[in-house]
Amino acid sequence: MSNASATVANEFIAFRVGTQEFCVDIMSVREIRGWTPATALPHAPPYLRGVINLRGSVLPIVDLAQRLSFPRTGATQRHVIIVVQVENQLIGLLVDAVSEILSQTTDAIKPMPEVATDSVKSFVRGMLAIDDRMIGLIRLDAIMPPNIETAA
Amino acid sequence: MATVDGMAAIRETFFQECAEQLTEVEAGLAAMDEGTADAETINAVFRAVHSIKGGAGAFQLDRLVRFAHAFETVLDLLRGGKIALSETLLKTMFHSNDALADLVAASRGGGEVDERRMDALTDELLSVGGGPAADPAKPSAADQMDGLDFQPITLSFDEFGLGGATPDPRAIAYSITFTPRAELYQKGNETARLLRRLGQLGEMTAHCDASALPPIDKLDPGGAYLSWRIELTCDEGPAAIEEVFDFVVDDCELTIVSRQEDAPRSEDEVRVVSPDSPLAEAPRSDVAANSPEPAPNRSAAIDAARPAAEKPAGDHGKSEPASGATIRVDLDRVDRLINLVGELVINQAMLSQKMMEAGVARTSGIDTVLGALEQLTREIQEGVMATRAQPVKPLFQRMARIVRELAEETKKSVRLRTDGETTEVDRTVIERLADPLTHMIRNAVDHGLETREARLAAGKPEQGEVRLSAAHRSGRIVIEVSDDGGGINRAKVRAKAVEKDLIQADAQLSDGDLDNLLFLPGFSTNSTVSSISGRGVGMDVVKRSVQALGGRISIASRPGLGSTFCMSLPLTLAVLDGMVVSVADETFVVPLTAIVETLRPKKSDVHGLGVESRVIADRGGFAPLIDVGRELGCRADPADPLAGVALVVETEISARCALLVDAIHDQRQVVIKSLEANYRNVPGIAAATILGDGRVALILDVDTIVANCSRGAFASAQVLAAAS
Repeated sequence: MSNASATVANEFIAFRVGTQEFCVDIMSVREIRGWTPATALPHAPPYLRGVINLRGSVLPIVDLAQRLSFPRTGATQRHVIIVVQVENQLIGLLVDAVSEILSQTTDAIKPMPEVATDSVKSFVRGMLAIDDRMIGLIRLDAIMPPNIETAA
Repeated sequence: MATVDGMAAIRETFFQECAEQLTEVEAGLAAMDEGTADAETINAVFRAVHSIKGGAGAFQLDRLVRFAHAFETVLDLLRGGKIALSETLLKTMFHSNDALADLVAASRGGGEVDERRMDALTDELLSVGGGPAADPAKPSAADQMDGLDFQPITLSFDEFGLGGATPDPRAIAYSITFTPRAELYQKGNETARLLRRLGQLGEMTAHCDASALPPIDKLDPGGAYLSWRIELTCDEGPAAIEEVFDFVVDDCELTIVSRQEDAPRSEDEVRVVSPDSPLAEAPRSDVAANSPEPAPNRSAAIDAARPAAEKPAGDHGKSEPASGATIRVDLDRVDRLINLVGELVINQAMLSQKMMEAGVARTSGIDTVLGALEQLTREIQEGVMATRAQPVKPLFQRMARIVRELAEETKKSVRLRTDGETTEVDRTVIERLADPLTHMIRNAVDHGLETREARLAAGKPEQGEVRLSAAHRSGRIVIEVSDDGGGINRAKVRAKAVEKDLIQADAQLSDGDLDNLLFLPGFSTNSTVSSISGRGVGMDVVKRSVQALGGRISIASRPGLGSTFCMSLPLTLAVLDGMVVSVADETFVVPLTAIVETLRPKKSDVHGLGVESRVIADRGGFAPLIDVGRELGCRADPADPLAGVALVVETEISARCALLVDAIHDQRQVVIKSLEANYRNVPGIAAATILGDGRVALILDVDTIVANCSRGAFASAQVLAAAS
C-alpha cells in the first residue's frame, strides 16, 4: 500500500444483530453491559427504547436491529448493551451478542456495494471481509435521531 | 513552565480577590449613600482599594495602580475627616468604583476601558484630593506624600509611563541603603524588581554588599544576607522612592538620604532611618526594627498602611476574605462531590428497597440502622449543596451599577433599593440569573419609570424608585423587581399585539393575559427602540432563561403605580421535591412546587367538553383535566378519570389545571439528572431522576404540558406567534 496510514491496524468490536454481523471501532466503545429494562421516552422514535441508569447518568438506548430496519429486539437479560461515545454523548446500543475483537488494517474496509439500500447505507460506513464473513462497520454518528424527528 | 503556570494561578487569585474587594467597596459606598456608614465602613473601603492597588503593583498593572492610587488618596482624606462626604463626592466615588471594576476587567484581559472617561475621573479624584492636600500641615498618610503637594505625585506617575527619565536641572541625588530581611523574601517580594522600579525613576547605580554573607556551611537558605547601596539621581521627591518600597517597608532596613542641598550625607537629611546600622545582620535586626518608635517622617505612612497590612500578605494579593475563615475550592471538585453524594443517595435508597424486598428489615435492627443511614445521607447531601450556595449580594451590586449608568443615560433620577441581599442560592442559579435580571432592571428604569417631568406632573416624587428583593419562600427563592413608574400601558400593549398579529383584534383578554403578552417573542412596546432596552432581546428571552432554570416569572402591574416582575426559582438545580406517580405502567415524578392539591375525581365532577377535552369541577369553577398518559403518548385511549388521581397544578399560563395520573406512590426528594447530557430536550419532560430501584424516572415539565393542552386565548396567541 502506498499510503502508510492505510496499513495501521485498528481494532473493532464485532457483534451480532439478528443473523448479521456488524462492528464498531473499539476506540469509541466505553463499556459493555447486560440489558436492563429501559424507561420509555415520550415523543421518541420507536427504535429508541428509552433511557437507563448508567451509574448515575441517563443513557439513551437504541435498538440497533430496529434502527437498521430489522424487527424489534425482544430484549432479555442475555442481550447486551454496548456503550459508545459519539462526540460528547454516550449512547447504548442494544445488540444480540458481542462476538469478538477484530484487528484489521483500515484498508481492509471495503466500500459499500451499490446494491445496498439507502437505509442501510446511512448507518453502515463500509464492510470488513474476513474469510467468508462480511461485517458491516456501523456509522455511529448517524445512529441517533436527527433533531426534527423528536420535535414532531 | 511550572513558574509560568504558577504566576498565572497567582494572577488569577489576585483577580478573584479584586472581585471581592470591589464588592466590599460597593457595599461600603452603598452604606455611605444610605447614611449608615461609620468610620469602619470608610476604612474598609480604603483597605479594599489599597489591596487592589497593592496587588496590581505586584503584577505591574500600572494603569490600575495609578487609578487605585488616586481613588485611595481621596478615601484617605475622607476617613481622616479632611474632606466631607458630599453627594458629588459620593457620585464620583461610585463612578470610580465602576471605573476600577472596568480597569480590573481590562487588566484581566476582557473588556475595554474608556480612556477619556478614566482620565476625566482621575482628574476629578485628584481635584477632590488635591485641594485639601495642598495644605502642608496635613499628614496625608497612606501614600507617603508627607508634606508634599499632590500635584507632583500625579506627574510622577506619568513619568513611570515614560520609563527611565533623564535627569533634569531639578534632579535630586539620593543615597539609599536597603537591607531586606528574610520576611521580605518569604512574602514573595523580590529585590530585583524593586531595584528595577527604582531604576525607572532616574539615573541609578546599585552596589551589592555581600559582606554579611556567612560561609556556605552556615548559610541559611531562607535567610537574607545581602544589602544594597544605591545612588539615585532623579527629579522625584523622596515620596516617589518610598512609594517603590511601599509594600516591603516593614520587612527591610531602609534609609533614604537626599543630597539635594549640597549637604551630602548630612544626618539631618536622613528621611527614613531605622535605628540600626543598615548592614546589621538581617534576622536579628527583626527585633530591633519592631521595637523602636518609627522615625517621625515615616510614621504617618506606616500607620496608615497598617490597617491594610494587619495581615501583611494582603499587600501581595493574598489576603483572605474579610469574614471568617474560608478556603477557595475549585468548583469542579464541589460538583464532583455533589454528583457522588447524589449517587450515595440513590444507592442508599436502593439498599433500603432491597432490604424491604428481602424481608429482613422488620425482623432485625437493620431498619434502625437504615433509618440512621438515610438521615446521614440526607444531611451530607444538604451540607454539600450548601457549599454551592452563595448570597445574591454580588449580583445585586452589579444591578446597582446598571441602574446608575442607566439613570444617567436616560436623564432620570433613580434610586435602587435592595432587600434580602444575604439570601443564598445555588451559584449556577446566580450566574444564569444575571442576564435576565439585568434586562428586567433595564426595563424597569427605561420603560417602567416615567421621565422627571411626567413624574412631577403625576404628583410623584421626582426620584423614581426601583426595588430589587430576594427572599426564600417555601423552598424557592423569589426575586422581585418592581418600579414605582406608570405601570403597563395595557391599551398600548393590546394595540401592539394586534398590530404584530399576536392576538386577534377582537380577542377577549383579561388584564393578566394582556400583561403576559409582553413575554411573547418579538414584542416591544416602546415605539422607539432605545439603545438601552432594545438590544435584540425581549421579555420572551427573559422568560425562557428563567424557565430554563426551572423558574417561573409573573407580572403584576397597576396603572399609575408601577409594575412588579416576580421570579420564583429553585434554590438548587441539583435536587427537587417531587411526587412519584404512575401513568400507564410508567413512573413519573411531578415537581411538588407545581402541585396545589390532589383530588380523587368523582363521577359528578368530570364533564366532557367537545370531542377531546374534559373538565373537572374545581372550587366552584371548572379546570381543564389533562390526561398525562395521552399527552405523553404512553397510551392511545383516554384514561378513566374515576380510576385515577387528579393533581391540581398552577402555572402562569392557566390559573388551575388538573393532571390525571393513575396513582400516587410516594413523595420524595430526587436528584435531577440531565437528559440533555446524553440525549436532548424532550417536550413535556423537564429532566430525569433515578429511583430507589435503580431505574430512571422522568420528571414532568408541568408548564409545557399545560401549555400544549391549553385551548385558551393565550394558547392561540402563542400558536399565532409561533406561526408568524
